[in-house]
Amino acid sequence: MSENLAEVFATTREKLLKVYPTKAARKRAKHMVINDPNPETMPEIEANVRTIPGIITQRGCTYAGCKGVVVGPIRDIVNITHGPIGCGFYSWLTRRNQTKPIDDNDYNLMNYCFSTDMQEDDIVFGGEKKLRQAVREAYEIFKPKAIGIFATCPVGLIGDDVHAVAREMKEELGINVFGFSCEGYKGVSQSAGHHIANNQLFKHVIGLDDTVRDSKYKINLLGEYNIGGDAFEIERILEKCGIDLIATFSGNSSYDYFANAHTADLNCVMCHRSINYVADMMEVKYGIPWIKVNFIGAESTAKSLRKIAKYFGDPELTERVEAVIAEEMPEVEKHRAEARSRCEGKTVMLFVGGSRAHHYQDLFSELGMKTVAAGYEFAHRDDYEGRRVLPKIKIDADSRNIEELTVEPDPERYRFRKTEAEVAELKAQGFEFSDYEGMMAQMAKGTLVIDDISHYEMEKLIAYHKPDIFCAGIKEKYVIQKMGVPCKQLHSYDYSGPYAGFRGAVNFYHDIDRLVNSKIWNYIQAPWQKSPELIATYVK
Amino acid sequence: MLLRHTDKEIKERSALTVNPAKTCQPIGAMYAALGIHNCLPHSHGSQGCCAYHRSTLTRHYKEPVMASTSSFTEGASVFGGQANLLEAIQYIFTVYNPDVIAVHTTCLSEVIGDDIPQILARAREDGEIPEGKYVIHCNTPSFVGSHVTGFANMVKGMVHYFAESGGKKLDQINIIPGWVEPSDMREIKRLAREMGVTTVMFPDTSDVLDAPLTGRHQFYPKGGVTVKELQSIGDSMGTIALGHFASSAAAEALDAKCNVPYEILDIPYGLLATDRFIDTLRRMAKVEVPESINAERGRLVDAISDMQSYFYGKRVALFGDPDQLVALSEFLVTLNMRPVYVVTGTPGKKFEEQMSRVLEEIPEAKFKQAGDIYLLHQWIKNEPVDLLMGNTYGKFIARDEDIPFIRIGFPILDRIGHSYFPTVGYIGALRLVEKILGAIMDRQDRDCPEESFELVM
Repeated sequence: MSENLAEVFATTREKLLKVYPTKAARKRAKHMVINDPNPETMPEIEANVRTIPGIITQRGCTYAGCKGVVVGPIRDIVNITHGPIGCGFYSWLTRRNQTKPIDDNDYNLMNYCFSTDMQEDDIVFGGEKKLRQAVREAYEIFKPKAIGIFATCPVGLIGDDVHAVAREMKEELGINVFGFSCEGYKGVSQSAGHHIANNQLFKHVIGLDDTVRDSKYKINLLGEYNIGGDAFEIERILEKCGIDLIATFSGNSSYDYFANAHTADLNCVMCHRSINYVADMMEVKYGIPWIKVNFIGAESTAKSLRKIAKYFGDPELTERVEAVIAEEMPEVEKHRAEARSRCEGKTVMLFVGGSRAHHYQDLFSELGMKTVAAGYEFAHRDDYEGRRVLPKIKIDADSRNIEELTVEPDPERYRFRKTEAEVAELKAQGFEFSDYEGMMAQMAKGTLVIDDISHYEMEKLIAYHKPDIFCAGIKEKYVIQKMGVPCKQLHSYDYSGPYAGFRGAVNFYHDIDRLVNSKIWNYIQAPWQKSPELIATYVK
Repeated sequence: MLLRHTDKEIKERSALTVNPAKTCQPIGAMYAALGIHNCLPHSHGSQGCCAYHRSTLTRHYKEPVMASTSSFTEGASVFGGQANLLEAIQYIFTVYNPDVIAVHTTCLSEVIGDDIPQILARAREDGEIPEGKYVIHCNTPSFVGSHVTGFANMVKGMVHYFAESGGKKLDQINIIPGWVEPSDMREIKRLAREMGVTTVMFPDTSDVLDAPLTGRHQFYPKGGVTVKELQSIGDSMGTIALGHFASSAAAEALDAKCNVPYEILDIPYGLLATDRFIDTLRRMAKVEVPESINAERGRLVDAISDMQSYFYGKRVALFGDPDQLVALSEFLVTLNMRPVYVVTGTPGKKFEEQMSRVLEEIPEAKFKQAGDIYLLHQWIKNEPVDLLMGNTYGKFIARDEDIPFIRIGFPILDRIGHSYFPTVGYIGALRLVEKILGAIMDRQDRDCPEESFELVM
């Protein structure tokens, strides 16, 4: 690609917009910017607004964000989808959030799908009766610790009250039962579902168990979903460092961890988009500060560990973290050097998720690969431009639909974990509390940023610029590869992983090397298609 | 154990479905619409439906699955989805330029009560449907039937919107293949060609969901039934509809609309169902069955007779879609196997009628419509089987219970082959025979004592 990215991409942007009718072009224009990483001159990008009907979007729905992403990975809750069968079926084991029960007797409901499978009569006469009965049957058969109820589109419209049923059944069964109003049409993408899940976990689960573990450095990891075993690798590293992980929201998690999460002394946020609400609310209610971390990338992992150590400010921890990094890095560097020799200088485009399109840029840059274009599927402006723009974000009708909980300090349990002096000192050293600088601050000047990319835009972008690798999801994967460009799925990792932490980085280096340098891309044309002019004739 | 909470004791359930053996109507409508050439399926509802359906079909085929959505938000749910659909139609024709937009509804737009024909009439009035382009639709409420019903409804929609009688009969036979794979559709067309019969197959996903890698993404791949072909089905000599659940609605509608006689057959899985298909096609098209097809049949009979002792008496559990299960069970009985448990999630009394006929000689057989895989697993726990056949979700049972497992049906998310190699016809039956033998014999090789480990089998 040409050196003058900004100019090249400005032309591309014009071309991409040309096809749309005027109104759509005007809307889409605001979702496409040429990046400037300088916070003073960084362009404003439109995000978290409605997708134009018919445009072919990557986005899913609120239910997917709530049940599929945030609550689904909790292994000992019976998650009942209240609705017709589809929603429960499609979110059944398709997201690769792995889980490891403690032993053979521990709960593991992950491999099950529970649904009320609403029929026409339930729609006409109301589905609450069936829902109540389904909750009873789930309790009778599975004896779970808790039951979650997830509303799907028709539920909201026919007026079934999942919360009332939950309250009633909680009383009747004596276990925790809670509902989620995550009808697919709420909000403009999965993102609304994350928020709804955060709210309900905060209201109904977090803080139920006040047992304080006898350990030194207690943290929660928020927004890590254990795709392909990522959380296992992060757990390994944290344990090696002597850091006590109280709860992960929600990869490899148990209901019990959530109940106890408020006893941690620090919240570490991985996926800012899906979980920042819980981090904020826990800070207000319990006094637990939060910091942004990123365990995607070996360097980022080391940086995040150092950040955690710095927060606790204990030389013993700092020393141990340094020892772990020193022990892990040589192996990482060995593999990186090998893969880098074949990947360096290649170009990357990432259009995925609400944090992955940012986090994975770290791993690519470790391989010497250049991110030239990126964007999120369902993130908000703060995930692009940083939390500094939060006060400037307009709250539209779609966002206003999602409940904002009013949280106050807990009269008994609020305890700010640091003294004012400690906070001031950390801040003076450049330590950032409750902050996320966003994707654009890290991307080079002149790169292209597109929010909620449409199919048309994606296809043209690939055709014009032929990146060496394009990262997206399953719906995009085979379109991209039909064009002869390798695609790495960053939702499911193409069934590989883990990619987090040190060992994850090694997996990623090799997977990317294998993918971009695969022989198959050279064999798309048959020999006779490559040189059709050589026509021989047999002489009889 | 992967399914550690599945207990032998079967407790009555009236409200809770656990591990479904079906999914919802719209995905079937989407799959069927992909079998029209130059057609973009459109999901009229929330974005999630379309995203889930595309994802599932893509995982099953490892192929692009293009479809659009009306992207409902709360506003559309309150005021109705007309504005969304009108806007979508405009963008789709401008940006993606299909010949046909095939709209299917969702539970959301059904509950709202959106009147699709009225919205389409409005789009036409507004001039949003260009000359020579079509927008068709079918209703696919997710709370009725299953994905198979949705498929049937979209195929019926094709009849409703396109079939015309020109008055003069054409020398062609309609084939409604039912919910089978692109490989199966290709094979059925090959068999008809081999017999010298001209057919119109609708839908036809071959050359759509098995497209070659060329370095270019063909948004509308070369396959699919064309609008012109669909407009001719009313003049065909007859219709062969394969599978009661997936295909009878369209065949009946076409007969009612254009007087085209039809026969509803089982999906041609296995020896006898293929025999009936070939025989019916022969009579309907008034042709002779060529020697080449007799030879294909002969090879299948030969292979079965060579290896019959391995099949005998083996107990099989199956789950999936009714049309497939009926034909497959019949084939297993032909092989002297015992399909003892058969579960479909799709509701329909017809299934139980069909199964009691097919399983007449297996008195211990249990079968259920509107059942789930959890129940099937409980049956297996109570009395084990030698083989399990079903979609990918069966692998959890297979591993827990240590049962040989053959993937068949929809969706298959963890293996390839189904879109390339047919299961229908004599050749498809041979593939089934090979798969069943492979599973049974691999197990024997794994489990037998060393002294009886055989070189020749």
